[in-house]
Amino acid sequence: MAANPQTVDELTRTSAPRAGWLGAVVDFVRCRPLGAIGALLILFMVAMAATAGLLAPYNPLENDYAAMLSAPSAEHWLGTDAYGRDVLTRILYGSRTALMVGLGASLLGASFGSLIGVASAYFGGRIDLFVQRIMDVLFAFPVIILALVVVAVLGTGAGNVILAIAAPMVPRCARVVRSSALSVREMPYVDAARASGFGHPRIILRHMLPNVMAPILIMATAFLGEAILLEASLSFIGLGVQEPTAAWGLMLRGAAVEFAETAPWMAIFPGLAISLGVFGFNLFGDSLRDALDPRLRTQ
Amino acid sequence: MKQFVRVFVLAACAALAAPVLAQTPRHGGELVFPVPSEPPSYDGHREETFGLIHPIAPFYNTLLRVDPFDKSGTKPAPSLAESWTVSKDGKTYTFKLRRGVKFHDGSEMTSKDVKASYDKIIFPPAGVGSTRKGQYADVEKVEAPDSATVVFRLKEPSGSFIASLLSPYNFIYKADILAKDPHWYEKNIMGTGPFIFVEHVKGSHVVGKRNPNYWDKGKPYLDGFRAIFTNSSSAEVAAIRGERAHIQFRGFSPKDRDNLKAALGDKITVQESPWDCILLGAINHEKKPFDDKRVRRALTLALDRHTGSKALSQIAIVKEVAGVQVPGTPFATPPAELNKLAGYWTDAAKSRAEARRLLKEAGVPEGFSFTFKNRGIPMPYEPLGVWMIDQWRQVGLNVKQEVIEAAAYFGVIRKGDFEVAMDFQCGYIVEPDLDMYKFLSVDRNPANYGRYKDPVLDALYDKQSRTTDVAARKKIVREFEKRVLDEEAHYLMTLQWHRIIPHSSKVHGWTVTPSHYLNNTLDTVWLSQ
Amino acid sequence: MASYILKRLLAMVPTLLGVAVLIFVLLRVVPGDVVEARYLAQGSQFQSQDLMNQERAKLGLDQPLWKQFTTWMTGIARLDFGLSMWTGSPITEEIKLRFALSLQLAIMASLLAQLLAIPLGILAAVKQDTWVDYAVRVFSIAGLATPSFWLGILMILFMLIVFKWVPPMVFTPFWVDPWQNLAQLIWPALAVGYRYSAVGTRMMRSAMLEVLREDYIRTARAKGLWLKLILTRHALKNAILPVLTIMSLEFAFLLGGLVVTEQVFNLNGLGMLFVQAIAHRDYTLTQALVMLVATFFLFVNFFVDIAYAWIDPRIRYR
Repeated sequence: MAANPQTVDELTRTSAPRAGWLGAVVDFVRCRPLGAIGALLILFMVAMAATAGLLAPYNPLENDYAAMLSAPSAEHWLGTDAYGRDVLTRILYGSRTALMVGLGASLLGASFGSLIGVASAYFGGRIDLFVQRIMDVLFAFPVIILALVVVAVLGTGAGNVILAIAAPMVPRCARVVRSSALSVREMPYVDAARASGFGHPRIILRHMLPNVMAPILIMATAFLGEAILLEASLSFIGLGVQEPTAAWGLMLRGAAVEFAETAPWMAIFPGLAISLGVFGFNLFGDSLRDALDPRLRTQ
Repeated sequence: MKQFVRVFVLAACAALAAPVLAQTPRHGGELVFPVPSEPPSYDGHREETFGLIHPIAPFYNTLLRVDPFDKSGTKPAPSLAESWTVSKDGKTYTFKLRRGVKFHDGSEMTSKDVKASYDKIIFPPAGVGSTRKGQYADVEKVEAPDSATVVFRLKEPSGSFIASLLSPYNFIYKADILAKDPHWYEKNIMGTGPFIFVEHVKGSHVVGKRNPNYWDKGKPYLDGFRAIFTNSSSAEVAAIRGERAHIQFRGFSPKDRDNLKAALGDKITVQESPWDCILLGAINHEKKPFDDKRVRRALTLALDRHTGSKALSQIAIVKEVAGVQVPGTPFATPPAELNKLAGYWTDAAKSRAEARRLLKEAGVPEGFSFTFKNRGIPMPYEPLGVWMIDQWRQVGLNVKQEVIEAAAYFGVIRKGDFEVAMDFQCGYIVEPDLDMYKFLSVDRNPANYGRYKDPVLDALYDKQSRTTDVAARKKIVREFEKRVLDEEAHYLMTLQWHRIIPHSSKVHGWTVTPSHYLNNTLDTVWLSQ
Repeated sequence: MASYILKRLLAMVPTLLGVAVLIFVLLRVVPGDVVEARYLAQGSQFQSQDLMNQERAKLGLDQPLWKQFTTWMTGIARLDFGLSMWTGSPITEEIKLRFALSLQLAIMASLLAQLLAIPLGILAAVKQDTWVDYAVRVFSIAGLATPSFWLGILMILFMLIVFKWVPPMVFTPFWVDPWQNLAQLIWPALAVGYRYSAVGTRMMRSAMLEVLREDYIRTARAKGLWLKLILTRHALKNAILPVLTIMSLEFAFLLGGLVVTEQVFNLNGLGMLFVQAIAHRDYTLTQALVMLVATFFLFVNFFVDIAYAWIDPRIRYR
């Protein structure tokens, strides 16, 4: 029978649920092993980013033409690229770029999107309709096309890439959050707040927003993986982060493809890094969604 | 060293091959070549892209041409003009035209046509575009005293006038047509060239067939040609690799050459040459601290061009270490002398130490940061940018790169909104007047993105431009080079581009030159079995 | 029903107009224009300012913005989509040259995605919480995580090293030479299709799980009917609808994904055209492409809505 293991587990639990944060974590690991793996990958990536300066054997910008295009060896564990830069070092530092852009874009997109979604649901009526129309317009642009146009307007570079990736995420987040917010609006405490004479911003920020946190968090985590992938894609076609910054998508560009036959390590390792990073965020995000929102639970 | 030997052997073979390898040219066959860019219009006087030259030049002749077998791409040879004389004062050039040359519509070509064409180039009527008008500022007028003679009267003697007539864009059009409609040639093709226009299918190809009444009897050898428009270099490489095309006239990357050689062995012949294109570092003299020549000299001293050449020539289309002229051409400075200039020293450690010393003296702190603006084109802007930033890092400069999309790039640079930026120059022929024009003061040449005024430099330029004696001119060019690259370090030359043409071994009669705009009339090309 | 259809159709018009205005404005804000992109690209020593201004006038770029916009809009009303600013050819021609390739790629990727997603989703639902389930979920999430362009590079590398084979570079339509055609497009279709199968797999799995929980299914199983029979007759029918919805919407999204894939595999498709059009600042072409994609996307949504309304009468009367 397709029963819900969580429920069964809770029903048959012989000991009391563990208390506090530690308890929640252990429960999470036990019940959702995939999510735990995801969380582990994320922690690993964060650790890489934090300790890159200490662990990296070389300077990521240092060219060493005598060692260009050399295979993995004792001196260069993952080989070197077309300028003699150490691939391992650039992957370690690349995690910083990935996290910075991913977190930046996802937070920006999720916060703007949720604010717009909640405000739209709250005000309702013509304002709601108008905002929905604008969101529809933005929604009709495929993600990468909107990102490309934003890059054309603002220019390349990490900061602009964050904006370019956040742009298509705003309408997507707004739409999801709005549907949740619509149900929250009908809640009695919102009425009470209005009756008490609180101003609109206060009601939106203090009363409605916290109650739609679940879908926001789910969206933000889902976006993070997407954002890292999108940044890699943009850098790959030359419209994202630029040389000589260490960024995984950038490492797959140009010489990595041209010399893929004779120097495959240039293409394999950065791609692996991207895949594992996004994989971690997706696994974790999936499990988070299962855990947080009972309506969305698939088990 | 191995590279040098290989190039030397190749060059020697090519040099010997032309007259010694006297295979008789075979008549017949259609030459197929990919072109990565389509012509915006058919009017050579207006356009500046090789996308026009490669498919359209075979339909026309010019007054003079570059000797198709000259590897330096500088030697003038007769074309529609059989011979020419220069007056003693150097201000009058008289050309004797060939007789019996027919346009493709059967009418005879006379001096009237040459005058009309050059009037259009030098003194275009309102509304008619002529891109290279500025090159002929010295010409006072063009005369056609009789049907086989054309006379150019100059205001001042010029050392580069003949070279300016070698422009592959100066198609000779029919005077009667120009009189009726000066825009006719933008959308139509009718010339005196070795091939007759058959068709142009947009997005696909241009086809030309042999002109049976061509004035150079026995030529062209080919039955026709087919120019195929592609949009990626990998498609072009694949076409050559799959033996669906014979040759590509622009250039391939070193890796493409190696792949083709590995795949096709003897069926591929590789011709290489330094390329008359170079990327230069433009230093904005209006921004501190780059107004200080010590800082600029430090920037050039930091670049170890010799090591860079060896390394980057493996991954990019650059190679030769050059001054203001392409190595191997008449006015180029020999390496022994060139290596004395700042930034060209063979002792890199000494060079860097001197750079650091100059920076310190100029008061630039260790770790000083500035932004280098580069253009968003992968080859070879990206590898050169990475190289330059790394070299500057080694003398204590912390440089950030900002890459600007190609279409927006020059708008930014022209405004002077940069500290150091990548500039770029490509010429159709190696000629000091053309190649050094860029370095003139900004009030004379607005395309001088360094935004400096240097009257001494201007005077040197003018002096060499008026000097017709080659030896004397060489001396002045050297002085100019020393001032612009060493003493003042106004601009930073990076590495000369390197032209690599791997083509089917069936193609004969075509010699590589430093210019991808030259040698495209295809009259000397023939295909073996 | 008819009024619902009409309402939804009318709702599309302001959205499309909004898209048109947005892309028009954005492009004019972007620095650089097509004339600069063309004439400053060659690096020649002499630049003619009046030639460039002449060109601008010819392309209508010197007109006031509102005039340029209305010219474009009236053109569309007459079904005249204008000329590409870069090549001067009619935009319909430019698009026609590349449309077949992108469409075929999108269809192949979709088909592959569904071929993967539906059986895998069902399998995972039926064998829920077993290692099979976990394996399928890992496989599909990996599909979302792997950059399709990296997958493409690896595929080409694999083919090159193991089979010494390079995919053909020139596009031959399917009816001209089916083998050549498939040989070129199967790899990008796999790379893109794998990613889109991931979404479908998860959707299929959750939809199946929902349905399997239903009482009537439990009754059927209690009665002892074969699982297979149950699946195909009852469960699948109800589970398939949300899956098809998602897959149709994802198809519209596919067009965005093609942009990067076409770069990797050097395919002369609409995605490549789009990147080139932006690089050349070819306003008319970029606008036309964006409108094309947006219209397509809105129509797909429209048809999905209509299908839903037709199946579920409650929606129509909302």
